[in-house]
Amino acid sequence: MTVTEPTSRALDEIKIGGMGASRRRVEDNRFIRGKGHYVDDVVLPGMLHMEILRSPVAHARIVSIDASAAWEIPGVRLVLTGEMMATRNLAWMPTLSYDTQAVLATDKVRFQGQEVAAVIADDPYIAKDACEAIVVEYEQLPVIVNPTQSLAPDAPLIRDDKVGQVDNVCFTWQVGDQDATDRAFAEADVVSRIEMHYPRSHPSPLETCGSVADFDRATGKLTVYMTTQAPHIVRAAVALIAELPEHLIRIVSPDLGGGFGNKVPVYPGYVISILASILTERPVKWIEDRTGNLISTGFGRDVYLTGEMALRKDGRILGVRMHTDSDHGAFFGDAQPSKFKIGLLHSAFACYDIPTAHLTARGVYTNKAPGGVAYRCSFRVTEAMFFQERMVQAAADDLGMDQAEFRRLNFVRDDDFPHRTPFGFLTDSGQYAKCLQVGLDAIDYEGFLREKAEAAKNGRLLGIGISCMTEPLGAGNSREYDILGIKMFDSAELRVHMTGKAILRTGAKTQGQGHETTWAQIVAHELGIPAEDILVEEGDTDTAPFGMGTYASRSTPVAGAAIAMAARKVKAKARQLAAHLLEVSEEDVEWELGRFYVRSAPDRGVSIQECAMAAYSNMPDGLEPGLEANAYYDPPNLTWPFGCYIATVEIDPATGVWDVLRFVAVDDCGVRINPMIVEGQIMGGLTEAYAMASMQFITFDADGNCIGSNFMDYLLPTAWETPGWELHEVVTPCPHHPIGAKGVGECATVGGPAAFVNAVMDALKGHGVRNVDMPLLPDRVHEALQTRGDVSGAPPIRTDR
Amino acid sequence: MYPSRFAYEAPRTLDEAIGLLHDGAGEAKVLAGGQSLVPLMKLRFANPELLVDINNLPGLDRLETLADGTIRVGALVRHRDLERAGDVHRIQPVVGAAAPLIADPIVRTRGTLVGSLCHADPQGDWAAVVTALRGYVVAQGPGGRREIPIGDFVTGPFQNVLAHDEVAVEAVLPGPRHTVAGGFLKLERRVGDFATAGTAVAIELDGDRVTRAGIALTGVGSRTVDATGAAEALVGRALTSEAIAAAADAAAEAAQPTADHRGSAAYKKHVIHTFVTRILTRVSTTSEQAA
Amino acid sequence: MTSLFEEVPATADADADVPVRRVTVTLNGERRAADVEPRLLLAHLLRQGFRLTGTHTGCDTTNCGACTVLVDGLPVKSCTMLAVQADGHDVTTVEGLAGPSGLHPLQEGFKDEHGLQCGFCTPGMMLAAKALLEENPDPTEDEVRFALSGNLCRCTGYQNIVKAVLWAAKRMNGSEQ
Repeated sequence: MTVTEPTSRALDEIKIGGMGASRRRVEDNRFIRGKGHYVDDVVLPGMLHMEILRSPVAHARIVSIDASAAWEIPGVRLVLTGEMMATRNLAWMPTLSYDTQAVLATDKVRFQGQEVAAVIADDPYIAKDACEAIVVEYEQLPVIVNPTQSLAPDAPLIRDDKVGQVDNVCFTWQVGDQDATDRAFAEADVVSRIEMHYPRSHPSPLETCGSVADFDRATGKLTVYMTTQAPHIVRAAVALIAELPEHLIRIVSPDLGGGFGNKVPVYPGYVISILASILTERPVKWIEDRTGNLISTGFGRDVYLTGEMALRKDGRILGVRMHTDSDHGAFFGDAQPSKFKIGLLHSAFACYDIPTAHLTARGVYTNKAPGGVAYRCSFRVTEAMFFQERMVQAAADDLGMDQAEFRRLNFVRDDDFPHRTPFGFLTDSGQYAKCLQVGLDAIDYEGFLREKAEAAKNGRLLGIGISCMTEPLGAGNSREYDILGIKMFDSAELRVHMTGKAILRTGAKTQGQGHETTWAQIVAHELGIPAEDILVEEGDTDTAPFGMGTYASRSTPVAGAAIAMAARKVKAKARQLAAHLLEVSEEDVEWELGRFYVRSAPDRGVSIQECAMAAYSNMPDGLEPGLEANAYYDPPNLTWPFGCYIATVEIDPATGVWDVLRFVAVDDCGVRINPMIVEGQIMGGLTEAYAMASMQFITFDADGNCIGSNFMDYLLPTAWETPGWELHEVVTPCPHHPIGAKGVGECATVGGPAAFVNAVMDALKGHGVRNVDMPLLPDRVHEALQTRGDVSGAPPIRTDR
Repeated sequence: MYPSRFAYEAPRTLDEAIGLLHDGAGEAKVLAGGQSLVPLMKLRFANPELLVDINNLPGLDRLETLADGTIRVGALVRHRDLERAGDVHRIQPVVGAAAPLIADPIVRTRGTLVGSLCHADPQGDWAAVVTALRGYVVAQGPGGRREIPIGDFVTGPFQNVLAHDEVAVEAVLPGPRHTVAGGFLKLERRVGDFATAGTAVAIELDGDRVTRAGIALTGVGSRTVDATGAAEALVGRALTSEAIAAAADAAAEAAQPTADHRGSAAYKKHVIHTFVTRILTRVSTTSEQAA
Repeated sequence: MTSLFEEVPATADADADVPVRRVTVTLNGERRAADVEPRLLLAHLLRQGFRLTGTHTGCDTTNCGACTVLVDGLPVKSCTMLAVQADGHDVTTVEGLAGPSGLHPLQEGFKDEHGLQCGFCTPGMMLAAKALLEENPDPTEDEVRFALSGNLCRCTGYQNIVKAVLWAAKRMNGSEQ
């Protein structure tokens, strides 16, 4: 390939909104006017409304359901129970993890909030009235709310519906090299240990889940407007569950009010609304209330992690052992690649040069809501990186080494890529030590250590916490990654109209990430068509190419790559058209942004728009008309962005309240398409990290009652508590991605929590505390100080009521 | 979530409102700010048959400060009004300290102090302030008006002493006789959270001697705790560190918290102790500076 | 929501005893009326009755502020106010934010400073901010954070929302001079 200097006619990429432009968002034009179109905004003629009756108890046999009073209420059109669902073979449905989940309970309820009946009525107020009129008799059963209870020898069997299920274990799994790890520990000078609980958290997008199902008896077509991050997976699921022909199923995911993993699974409410529409032959709208969202839809985390690290006196890590006990609730509803039972938790320690590691994992059923979704993370990577960075800090402390120096010593070197991680992943690129240094300089590490020592003389508790991590994004490749057997590739379809404007569709689905803006920038970069001339559409399975959707930070790594590949196919055809227009052979045509020109006569050229016109009006003999292409991208590997997050905090010893003094984030997500949007993603991610570290968790009392069933009890931080964020960047282009991008949507949520917790633990250093479980609520921090000991936040919560 | 059905009346006079409540025979509820009642109705924890909306009643939005320092807070005076009432804050700083900590800024637009007292949430903030200030509630029913000291007004969690046909028309904070000082601190995990523990302190000083003290606690009992022992530890004494410690000890002693997901009982008592100490220490330092 | 207002439902006979009240509001400067059941929430009247769907509902407990509108110029969570209570009052929703001369500076500021992502909290945020700027035209960052502390956002981390409000304040002060 010859590299030629651009002529003066080449377009300025920033001006046309290409790569690197902080282009203002296209979608904002409707959102700032209140003209977004969310599921609850869908109104269809004759539409009915559905409400769900949920179980008030966590574990009980259903003795009887009497819905007669509900049927009597004027305006009620249909009451559905599990018994009626069963006549259509819809009482149960498959989860995304090869388990089954009740749609409406038939035999037992297995968690508080489980769906028991549904009412379809003229308006949601009446539907709610009718739900209240349904009388359900329950025979209570013993309740299990954590793995210890679940694994007890006399524990009641939660999943007695499953043939062959004799206990409450839903899987065991392992990865790594046990023998080599045992040898590493035998050789260790020091063994460092830590155990913790990563509490259950809920993604809680501000918009809850919902659907409007519209079955047309005349055409046999089912259209469902649905809050889903993965519309094509839903179409496949509906085709399989409801046994409807796939070509007559149209799933439309309109504007989504956030997702964060909450809107990946298929929920009972969607399925019930579909059956209700089929039965009533009217459109049926179901909009979940906030309590329904918090107590029944996909949560994240809820994992007990223990582990140990084999260390050499000089600070080198020799090996790592980990064990996880994960609480999956009543149904194994994780949304994750099927090969990996505990997600990609074994991506832990990928940024450190560690010879060997071994992980054992066990999942259990409990009487809690199902889930285990990838809450703003790439399948349990949040737990992995939290454990990693808490373990690393504990090890540095045990060795008496500076925590930054310990990390620097063990980092994978810049010239050691691709690098095989101790659990077998292959990382692609990075400049870990440089990122750490940028962060340390920004926070003035040495200066803060002096300030901390000075403050300690006056009894003040200051601390600094570091969290560094590389995480695997962009699943899959198709060899290893699938959901329910569907390979995890993604897609794009680019159609250039004759006037040089274009429409781009992908199999991803934006939930606020700004795809309508950034996807056009990739095309602008590849083709020189101004971004404003490109319309981006997603979420309608009738028009979008098949894709696996948006979660696990996979949009840019996979769909973004597909866009570049589709654009390159269009460019290849445009080159043929250019050669025809310029009356030269293709080999004599050169490209610069926005135009083809004759190599020997750079002034003779045609714009991409002229090529587009020719594709419809003046194509050469033998060339297929039109200018469009699609691409299905199967990534060769995962992408590996890096983040270094550093927090400084001060604890009020009298109350345990801690304040963030400063927070520095250094992100290397490869090439940045739109720096403004990238920074927005990082700040949002950091805020969820802060939320999990400080206040956001869902727990249960001993009876299985959810503590955190509304926003009074499930605490999300406001603008007032949320710290200010200081962002920095390092760019290491991804070597195997067409535009060098690595993905960024979740890095800060994944890497952030450990920075806060490490900072608080650093402030408590010397007070006999090794671990306080998240969230670091004031009373827990205070208890740790008072008792000079660890504080576990594990449920059931302690209460003397 | 959707409330169940109810009848709704928006009377134009107080007598009409009282008549409606009388006829409602205990199944009617007064609607003022609605910031606690409406959510409870949406959750269907409250299902009144009749709502008597008093927002159109004339005069109840009056916030008056009398020459003797008495503050009269009408039933339709919003948290927002109290947050911005500089003259009230000058007379009773504890009101100014508490107002910006009530719920959140949007809720403060609608919610009312009197409604908050009637709601009688054990974690409510205003009840502690009014208790510390020895305030009372003025109620009007078919038989006329009566004044109910705040200590008698609340009978238990979410329960007050009002008859079903009585309307709480205002809360009154008596005027101080001497120099006023005080403060309000609450531990909330984020804006809008209910108090883990909170303390209202209102004292009057003649020179450096405390002539009157009120210390009330929220979030640490089934109703607002009037820490009389803590107040007694201050009256007649100067705000020395010993007096402050005695008051803080007594306040922590008076607190009767239960453990929950906001913290252990011991922790909540400790927070009360810390807050009483902090408010009084700041007052003592400030008055020293002023002297 | 047919039986709560406008269309007479097919079950009208049985609904004869359902009380209905006439509500008249000045909505974004225009007089609008509807017959509503008393239990109808203002948010639902705006969304389903008047088809102004820019007002969103994100929780049921008066926490999230997505449904914030201005009633007589002051910010109110419209899911915690009955529609009947708005009778005779002036209501401004996000749809009324832009004027005849174009977008409100807050709308421009939110776009320019990337103050929104999914857009669900945005209408409530902008209306809460509008009330702030009318009372305090030149707020500090802390004053903005305090004024917006009744509105939750899950996407942005608030920093750019605060910048957007300060952007608008600057613009509004500039144009007044």
